[in-house]
Amino acid sequence: MANKVIVEININGDPVELLCEPRQSLLEVLRDVLELTGSKEGCLTGDCGACTVVIDGRPVCSCLMLGVEAAGKNVATVEGLASGMSLHVLQQKFLEHASLQCGICTPGVLMSAKALLDRNPNPTEAEIRYALAGNLCRCTGYDKIVRAVTDAAAALAGRTHPAHGTVPSETASGMAGEMLAKGEAK
Amino acid sequence: MAASSSNGFRVIGTRPIRHDGVDKVTGRAKYGADYAFPGMLHGKVLRSPHPHANIKSIKIDKALALPGVKAIVTSADLPALPDKMEAAGEQAINLNHLSMNILARGKALYDGHPIAAVAATSPHIADEALRLIEVEYELLPPVMTVEDAMKPGATILLPSLRNKEDGPDKETNVAAHLQFKRGDVAEGFKQADYVIEREFKTAMVHQGYIEPHNAVGIYNADGHATIYCSTQGSFVVRALSAAVLGIAEGKIKVVPAEIGGGFGGKTTIYLEPLSVLLSQKTGHPVKLTMTRAEVLRATGPTSGSTIRCKMGATKDGKLVAAQCWLAYEAGAFPGSPVGAGAMTIVAPYNIPNILVDAYDVVVNRPKTAAYRAPGASNAAMASETVLDELAEKCGIDPLEMRLMNGSEEGTPQTVGPPFKRIGFKETVEAIKNSPHYKSKLTGANRGRGVASGFWFNVGLQSSATVNIHTDGTVSVVIGSVDIGGTRAAQAMIAAEVLGVDINDVRPTIADTDSIGHTDVTGGSRTCFATGWAVYEAAQDCVRQLKERAAKLWEKKPDEVVFENGMLSPAQPGGELKPMSIKQIASRLARTGGPIVGRATVNARGVGPAFATVCVDVEVDPDTGKTQILRATIAQDAGKAIHPSYVEGQMQGGMAQGLGWGLNEEYFYDDRGILRNTGLLDYRMPTCLDLPAIETAIVEVPTPGHPLGIRGVGEVSIVPPPAALANAIYHAVGVRMTELPMSPPRLLKAILKKRAAGEAQAAAAD
Repeated sequence: MANKVIVEININGDPVELLCEPRQSLLEVLRDVLELTGSKEGCLTGDCGACTVVIDGRPVCSCLMLGVEAAGKNVATVEGLASGMSLHVLQQKFLEHASLQCGICTPGVLMSAKALLDRNPNPTEAEIRYALAGNLCRCTGYDKIVRAVTDAAAALAGRTHPAHGTVPSETASGMAGEMLAKGEAK
Repeated sequence: MAASSSNGFRVIGTRPIRHDGVDKVTGRAKYGADYAFPGMLHGKVLRSPHPHANIKSIKIDKALALPGVKAIVTSADLPALPDKMEAAGEQAINLNHLSMNILARGKALYDGHPIAAVAATSPHIADEALRLIEVEYELLPPVMTVEDAMKPGATILLPSLRNKEDGPDKETNVAAHLQFKRGDVAEGFKQADYVIEREFKTAMVHQGYIEPHNAVGIYNADGHATIYCSTQGSFVVRALSAAVLGIAEGKIKVVPAEIGGGFGGKTTIYLEPLSVLLSQKTGHPVKLTMTRAEVLRATGPTSGSTIRCKMGATKDGKLVAAQCWLAYEAGAFPGSPVGAGAMTIVAPYNIPNILVDAYDVVVNRPKTAAYRAPGASNAAMASETVLDELAEKCGIDPLEMRLMNGSEEGTPQTVGPPFKRIGFKETVEAIKNSPHYKSKLTGANRGRGVASGFWFNVGLQSSATVNIHTDGTVSVVIGSVDIGGTRAAQAMIAAEVLGVDINDVRPTIADTDSIGHTDVTGGSRTCFATGWAVYEAAQDCVRQLKERAAKLWEKKPDEVVFENGMLSPAQPGGELKPMSIKQIASRLARTGGPIVGRATVNARGVGPAFATVCVDVEVDPDTGKTQILRATIAQDAGKAIHPSYVEGQMQGGMAQGLGWGLNEEYFYDDRGILRNTGLLDYRMPTCLDLPAIETAIVEVPTPGHPLGIRGVGEVSIVPPPAALANAIYHAVGVRMTELPMSPPRLLKAILKKRAAGEAQAAAAD
């Protein structure tokens, strides 16, 4: 039987000490050891991106990394994207643009998009499509995802919301069922 | 703020945020693989490495001896079932075949066929145990194509398989031959000035949902079992698992988890009965999840096919005859969607003479399952490209050609009865009037293609409950799982009827013990049929609300009017003030108790769906790679409840169709082993491969439906491969007859055309 090892990882801003098997991937550690099941398993070969987390600013497929390799690193998962009752602007824009259907790829797409906007706050459509090319979505055809990321970038640039990374809580509170100004039927 | 939408609706047609949205953008939503229970074991499935083999023996002793291994099951642990067809949503299933697909019995019929399942204390130990199971195989020749399977003297997959035509004594791989006929095709072709006949081949493709199959089974000492899983149909899982396990249906509860895509592929069972069986053996909850390779090797892709299509037109563009021959790979057990292919192949057109033959053929590939408008995309690839050739011969714009011949109300369908009011021509007009089609496409190696598609849609059964709470808020309970935002649509329908704010309605998906029977989320039926049930259940609430108001006012219920969420006396004036639902909800106890609206439907009069698409491409003549420059889809939604999610279905289906057209294929080697078992090599479109997908929602209401809804889930996948083939022709002058039109295939065709041109030039010199 494998011997478990103690690993210290900073996850969503908090230092976490955990016990895992050396053969467990970071994705397994997140999901099975820490019960952070927001990161999804779609392929285990790094092709679908559903398990994407951001490690020290870079999007990483957590299925391709061992848990022990994450020792000492800063790992951001979808669970840490919102702050308190304030959704991240990307989350809010994904809801407003109906950018998810089944939602299984959404956590990974959000994390890739966050990594993009953190390093390039004003991406072109081509840059968005390039940055998200590692995240497969089978439901949407990506159209509404690209629109949401574009809109989120605009919001982050201060054209809509002042605070980086958050939206005012009154916008986030009535989330479900909120009528949208742009939501007029054709 | 959108206070109201067009044509008289207050909520319908607006775009509220989905009720499950926050859970799904924060990672809180629980999908099947996210469930964990105390003491839970992990299961893994041993799969055949051979496409066709007799199983001589299975030895499990060594694997059982591995510390941490708790149980191993084979088909010997499942009851033998008679060859019996049972309805399961859209399809009828032979239970014996279904059981043999859960665990192979005597024979392995495809690469990846389950042989045994293990439960252990960790998934890694279960994996190790698989390697210790010893299986002795006797290899048989694999039969991989419909051509090989239909040859006289072909190796037989299922010794008991018979078809009506060949009689009870003849072993065969042809499970069924269907024929559809109208008029006289020989006479029809005599009237034609132009006849085009082509043979097409399309590759087996997978739905490609991002979430692999999963199940947690918990079998209790009292003989009751619970299954948590991601499925499109919890009642189907219950019925089929009960049958395979030999357990009474009522002793199984299925709790549908959130589902990470399905597209038809999660309308049957794979792991669910294994999780219960292993739980029964061990006394622990048992969880199984598939790897991506297992999903591709051993779930239900859709058929590859061979299709011959011959169509004739007069020189002024009138279609006079069509003759089609279709053979679809069923996979290891009968049940390809070839019947649907046959009934859709020329359905968009009013053609007086048709003859369609269709063959369902078993091959050593995984048993196919439903995939979005099953069978129709293959068929449309054939008919819609032949039609494009005819339009070119006639010198008629391809959209005009479709308008001239298009089906409309009263046109007989391939199966006989005439269409009711349909919106086919409206979709063609919408493309004709789109900014895309009106724009000019210029540049070398660029081309534009159009194509149309038809899909039946289904109705089937749904149940709904609508509760009025004491604070006047409303909960909607349905049995249809939410695969693409239907919670929002269902809540909107209730909000519309009850005149309440969409924020005051909460939709819930119930388990099989908590709601009446509801068929699969599939067949484009959920908004149509479950939405109908929700509409009726909300109307049931309205009836009861009127009774309560009447009681308070000492009037008869028909003396109470309900409008926009307000109850008022039919005769205005007097002391009585109108009451809101909130006001009356606070007095339920005094007026007779809780209000629960309920309705069930077995929805008839389903509205068929049509779509027309336009794509612009640029082909690199040196590599054969096709870049999609622009894409537009017009589709008839009947009535779009939540337009964003209708557009989502249109865009998503279109994207899948574009992938099917350009890249996706199952690649088996000559030993019958699947070689592309990962998502790097099973190449689905990425964000970078696709342009923005423009949409035009057409609304031609379905007659008979209270809201005019037409299902929107499927037809969008039907036209794209043909539209791409037409665009490629107009870009580089080659008519592609094989899917996918991947760079190697297209390059080969381009080089062949170039060589022919050079030979011609040389001959002329």
